[in-house]
Amino acid sequence: MSQAAVAAQKVAVYGAVAEFASPESLLAAIRGARERGYSRLDAFTPFPVHGIDEALGASRSPLGWIVLAAALVGVAAALLMIWWTGVVGYPLVVAGKPLFAFEFAIPITFEVAVLFAAFGAVIGMLLFNGLPRLYHPVFQHSRFERATDDRFLLVIEADSGGLDAAGAAGVLRALGGDHVEVIAE
Amino acid sequence: MADLAISQELNPALVLGEPGYAGVTRKVAGIVEGRMPRAWYVAIACTGTLTLVLVAMLTYLAFTGIGVWGNNSPVGWAWDITNFVFWIGIGHAGTLISAILFLFRQRWRTSINRFAEAMTLCAVACAALFPLFHTGRPWRAVYWLFPVPNPALNIWQNFRSPLIWDVFAVGTYGTVSALFWYTGLVPDLATLRDRAKTRGRKVVFGLLSLGWRGSARHWKHYELAYLLLAGISTPLVLSVHTIVSFDFAVSVVPGWHTTIFPPYFVAGAIFSGFAMVVTLMVIARQVFDLKQFVTMKHLENMCKVMMATSMIVGFAYVTEFFVAWYSGNRYERFVFLNRAFGPYWWAYWTMVSCNVFMPQLFWLKRVRTSIPAMFAMSVLINVGMWFERFVIIVTSLSRDFLPSSWGYFRPTAVDILTLAGSFGLFLTLFLLFVRFLPMISMAEVKGMLAADAAHPGERP
Repeated sequence: MSQAAVAAQKVAVYGAVAEFASPESLLAAIRGARERGYSRLDAFTPFPVHGIDEALGASRSPLGWIVLAAALVGVAAALLMIWWTGVVGYPLVVAGKPLFAFEFAIPITFEVAVLFAAFGAVIGMLLFNGLPRLYHPVFQHSRFERATDDRFLLVIEADSGGLDAAGAAGVLRALGGDHVEVIAE
Repeated sequence: MADLAISQELNPALVLGEPGYAGVTRKVAGIVEGRMPRAWYVAIACTGTLTLVLVAMLTYLAFTGIGVWGNNSPVGWAWDITNFVFWIGIGHAGTLISAILFLFRQRWRTSINRFAEAMTLCAVACAALFPLFHTGRPWRAVYWLFPVPNPALNIWQNFRSPLIWDVFAVGTYGTVSALFWYTGLVPDLATLRDRAKTRGRKVVFGLLSLGWRGSARHWKHYELAYLLLAGISTPLVLSVHTIVSFDFAVSVVPGWHTTIFPPYFVAGAIFSGFAMVVTLMVIARQVFDLKQFVTMKHLENMCKVMMATSMIVGFAYVTEFFVAWYSGNRYERFVFLNRAFGPYWWAYWTMVSCNVFMPQLFWLKRVRTSIPAMFAMSVLINVGMWFERFVIIVTSLSRDFLPSSWGYFRPTAVDILTLAGSFGLFLTLFLLFVRFLPMISMAEVKGMLAADAAHPGERP
């Protein structure tokens, strides 16, 4: 997609992207863009930048609840497995002890809870992030590969009402961004 | 200036020089993108051969029976279980470094965590082989180890047995370690994808990195996921060697039936694991020229951890003797006198010398900061920790309550070659990791550099 076609709004716009050289200049640009009324912002950085969630006004990740739920499902699954196999599936009296007791179930219940919680954390993180997603419009930026190396990209994204791409690009330039590009959806 | 010098003295840098973000990428990604040094080819030729020896020995065992090992009656558990506990213990340092030191905000973990986690996975793979082949019929083992319906007999596991607890502990440990390691790798895999020059590398790293783009929204969930994984891995790693120790402690065999086993085993696991990290790291740091990222500060800290855990283990040895005497139990007393002065005295004193006496040299800063000394010590510690498991398992079994059923264990050639082969498998897997994946977490090191730049002078 040529830059000219995108700039002329002939195709749907994903957003305007600019490159910054340091985390500090990125954070300053995020604050500047928000002051100018842009709310749909995202950044692409090679490592988690401290303070970026506050600058973007992002909410806290709800992942902890997913992990807690997964752990509780693990507890229930393990107890059900141990109870069912010992009491229903193959009741066998060992040393005159009851067929089920929670004490001897503790180690496996703990391990299964941890196993489920770990899968909950990883799968939950991927779902919240919409991954795996092998293609994304921002990959069209001519210097995107630097965003996983040593540069920091800021994007002003289009919302349902579209985006004044030329205006957003101008704002990014004014905030000190290099390599400003308007990218098609 | 003087202040700066003092601060360097107290808090030596964790990254030397000023590589910058791009410098970190160039160095770490450059290793997997470039050609391996000649030493790597020599090493993998040797370890690959040893791995083939392992395959041959396990094949021979599967076709013949576990009588090819020296196990006998009364010593039904011998080198197989010794090797299992040894390898699973090695893994513990990886999780300690990646999870526990993360929660304690020990920044020196950053350059070595990826390396140590990979070591954990290789060690767990080796550990799992031994109980699997000790069953004699590994192709049937799925019915014994896991609660899957057994169509022939329709019976289920006895969940009161610590052996089945162990299956769940080790299975969970291996799986969660792999998840934690892979999660940490994803941003670095994206870096490799974006640097890839060939179509093949672009596709492989493109798929493995799951389309990671380092978005601020991604990092928000990612950082919490990483913290939660560290939080659940911490009790997990402590539980794994605790449950391994239950294999022994829940029995009534003298020398095994003690409540000291869980903390004693966990400390020993961390001790041997750190020794293995040092053994491998000293070599990798030299061969791949990682001195900029793995500094003397890292190595000295690992020596300090080894010294501390050595003394915990030494304290446990003394406590066992004290309790054996204080309990008034004659079988318990006999077992411990027999360990130190019976037919296996040489194994016992090898263990004590390597695990307790030698590491005392780490009190000297000269020893803690000498690469040859710490390398030699780390090898000795692993010898000592292997003997610890051998002493615990074999001395207790060979002479228990009834003198008429006493015996003696001698390893066969198959025992020895299987152990050697397991080192071959461990090192081969590790060499492949070093060849194909970034052995230092680039994203984490860059994050640490950014924190240093934002808060100069504070270097906790």
